[in-house]
Amino acid sequence: MNAPRPMPGMPGPYEFPHATRFTLSGGLRVIVAPIHRLPLVSVLAIVDAGAAGDVSGHEGLAALTAAALAEGTEERDGPALTEACERLGTSVESGADWDDASVRLTVTPARFDDAFALLAEMLRAPRFSVEDVERLKAERLAELLQQQVEPRGLADERFARVVYSGSSRYARAAGGSPASVRVLNTALVRAWHTARYGAATTTVIVTGDVTPERVYEAAERHLGTWCRQVQTMSSVSATARTPTCAVHVVGKADAPQSELRVGHVGIPRGHPDYFAVVVMNAILGGLFTSRINLNLREVHAYTYGAHSAFDWRRAAGPFVIGTAVKSEVTDAAVREILLEITRIRDAEVSADELDLATKYLAGVFPIRYETTGAVASALAVAAIYGLPDDYFSTYRARISSVTCDDVLVAARAHLHPGALQVLAVGNAMTIAEPLAALHLGTPVVTDATEDGEDS
Amino acid sequence: MQIPVDSFHLANGLFVALSEDHSAPVVAVNLWYRVGSANEREGRTGFAHLFEHMLFQGSEHVGANEHFELVQRAGGTLNGSTWLERTNYFETVPSHHLELALWLEADRMGALLPAMTQEKLDTQRDVVMNERRWSVDNQPYGTWWERLPALCFPPTHPFHHSLIGSMDDLAAATLGDVAEFFRMYYTPDNAVLTIAGDFDTATARALVESHFGAIPRGAGRPPLRSMEVPRTIGEWKRAVIDDDVMVPRLFLAFRSPVLGASDYYAGCVCAAILGQRRGSRLYRALVRDREVASDVSAFTWDLAKGADLFVVDATARPGTSAAVLEAAVVAEVDRLHQDGVTADEVERALALLETDYVSSMQAAGDRADAISKFATLLGDPSAVNEQLERYRAVTAAAVNAFARTVLGDDNRASLMYVPRTVPEGQT
Repeated sequence: MNAPRPMPGMPGPYEFPHATRFTLSGGLRVIVAPIHRLPLVSVLAIVDAGAAGDVSGHEGLAALTAAALAEGTEERDGPALTEACERLGTSVESGADWDDASVRLTVTPARFDDAFALLAEMLRAPRFSVEDVERLKAERLAELLQQQVEPRGLADERFARVVYSGSSRYARAAGGSPASVRVLNTALVRAWHTARYGAATTTVIVTGDVTPERVYEAAERHLGTWCRQVQTMSSVSATARTPTCAVHVVGKADAPQSELRVGHVGIPRGHPDYFAVVVMNAILGGLFTSRINLNLREVHAYTYGAHSAFDWRRAAGPFVIGTAVKSEVTDAAVREILLEITRIRDAEVSADELDLATKYLAGVFPIRYETTGAVASALAVAAIYGLPDDYFSTYRARISSVTCDDVLVAARAHLHPGALQVLAVGNAMTIAEPLAALHLGTPVVTDATEDGEDS
Repeated sequence: MQIPVDSFHLANGLFVALSEDHSAPVVAVNLWYRVGSANEREGRTGFAHLFEHMLFQGSEHVGANEHFELVQRAGGTLNGSTWLERTNYFETVPSHHLELALWLEADRMGALLPAMTQEKLDTQRDVVMNERRWSVDNQPYGTWWERLPALCFPPTHPFHHSLIGSMDDLAAATLGDVAEFFRMYYTPDNAVLTIAGDFDTATARALVESHFGAIPRGAGRPPLRSMEVPRTIGEWKRAVIDDDVMVPRLFLAFRSPVLGASDYYAGCVCAAILGQRRGSRLYRALVRDREVASDVSAFTWDLAKGADLFVVDATARPGTSAAVLEAAVVAEVDRLHQDGVTADEVERALALLETDYVSSMQAAGDRADAISKFATLLGDPSAVNEQLERYRAVTAAAVNAFARTVLGDDNRASLMYVPRTVPEGQT
């Protein structure tokens, strides 16, 4: 009774919000993208002070410092700063990712100037009191303790450790491990801030219902004289722990499911194959309709969902396939994952699969950037990785130009079946032996409570 | 901020809301069906959600998983979700694919059953069992959202039982159940359709009429068991759960006024004062000053019938006992119950609620979902434009009245998770 399948109409024009860029007297870079839809303004400051720069033994310092920015300034203590922000209808979120530390807020336009002043105060003159730093350390340690019984976080953390060499910063969580967090202190936090936070390492991005003139005025007033010379980031060595496959089981007694991670060291964000790899990954495991998800979920019903991703960082982040499967089918699920990796390297994907992936990635682009926060985050990624100014205007064309052959070449170049690390958090008593039969190596069984510091 | 809203009924009873906005070449299609876990019969807990999975398994003119494929190939996003009193399905697509989304939704509303097979049901049953393991059974504190309503509503109440369902009940579901549930609840007169974003209202109206107009009305639905419950729980119910967790965590719930009631808005402001963000009372006292908790929050579940739940959630810092955690939370709740709040605190809460509400209207999909929600639960899609005023009308006196009637110890249910004790002789 329903009418025949409809044909699409003509696509409407779309332009990513236009950005204006300027540099303040002290050297700080500002990017403004006016979006006059709703009375909202988002401010995102990014600083070249991410976790990748943590020195060995002090993992977690970048994250702790960024978190502590919200705990008070020279002028006002934590409760007063929080109160000032929240009375403006906003809360400031600060944190560190691998390649940047960030401070962000969203506010109504009438309160933009006051909110901007508070954000600038946090960047320039944080308080870093001993009590606050110690409390944040204790909170991170509490999180790590809880992670011992939380399969997803535990699997992510252990996977990083088996993929990367112990000397790589990427082998440990951005927030640090129990041993590294315990030794952090206020002096280290202050020194990190002094060394890394300054005009030369900071970009402030403002998106939403505001004009470039108004942003310029606020930025020049509050951050114009900030010009301290600081270090820029050191690079991470993203070397693999081992060139061959290995299997790891982290025991969780009576677990009804195995939380699985399968993968290896990926490629850096700046790699020339980026677009081909994005399309290849979408077909392999990036989309709901990807090969891995349809196989594991819709054909075999092993899982609620399975997903693959390249984690894009300045150096080579991990490539990982993640899923949670019923314990009894742990080995069977890994076998299907291996088959899919082999299959996408053996033969070209079909024109139909390519069409779906490229049309999805190109079409969904405007849907991704409907909010002021999402536009600010996209501009931040472009700033962090030095993407060209025409990146957003050419993105859809570049995705659409990827061919079946490009996908095959990318799969062969960047998926390494001989170097896969398989990690399962689950019931070791029942899953270790079947996993051994995969002939990827004898499963190494560890325990969730092991701190796992290399000694 | 004014969200445009236009609405009408089709002859078959489908309620349609349109919200035209050309700021991005994107359009959202959003359907709410007035059916959720509350409609499940005994022995079929989890069925409403399992049924939601079946709606992605194809319909008369759409193959299994083709719904996902067609929307993704159009460059769109999609999903569905099940809650106690509703189930929703939604797509956001580039605006020139509006008709595709409408056609897909109409095909499964009009003709789902020809596509249903035993094999698809068995597969989705296993997928849902894995979803249960993933989100409930293999997650620390994962059972809280089925245990808490069970504690707050009596066993005969439609909100009492588990939304995700028991493994036994999921195993028992049949194709006959699928057909019965579909005929009973998935009818145009039991649904709200919202379209938000870049479209032309006259064109969209015609498209809705042509795709949905011929779908027949339902034959009527069995009345829900009564949702009415006394305003308070009448006592302080307590449950202590031994779980595979490292630190205690407390959920403290209160029956509270339903979504849309005038004192519901006072409850939202009260929750923001008590436990939202770092400036809230619980955060300042328990996380910052006393360091007995690492995480605290307070929120409402936003139920619209019978009673809503006002919930406080606090996770202990390692070394803090369950007793100390509970005493600390209760001290703050008691103080609020007895002494109330200040006008300053209300002002802070309103400023935060306002930014959050405006922010939640940015994406077409979120706007459409909010309009469907107000149309379904309050019978008025344009309530989307009245929420800010209703928050702003809340005074300290209103919050104090809420706290006095809702937060007392005759209206509490506490669910305390504690680390599992290892039996003696084991290590």
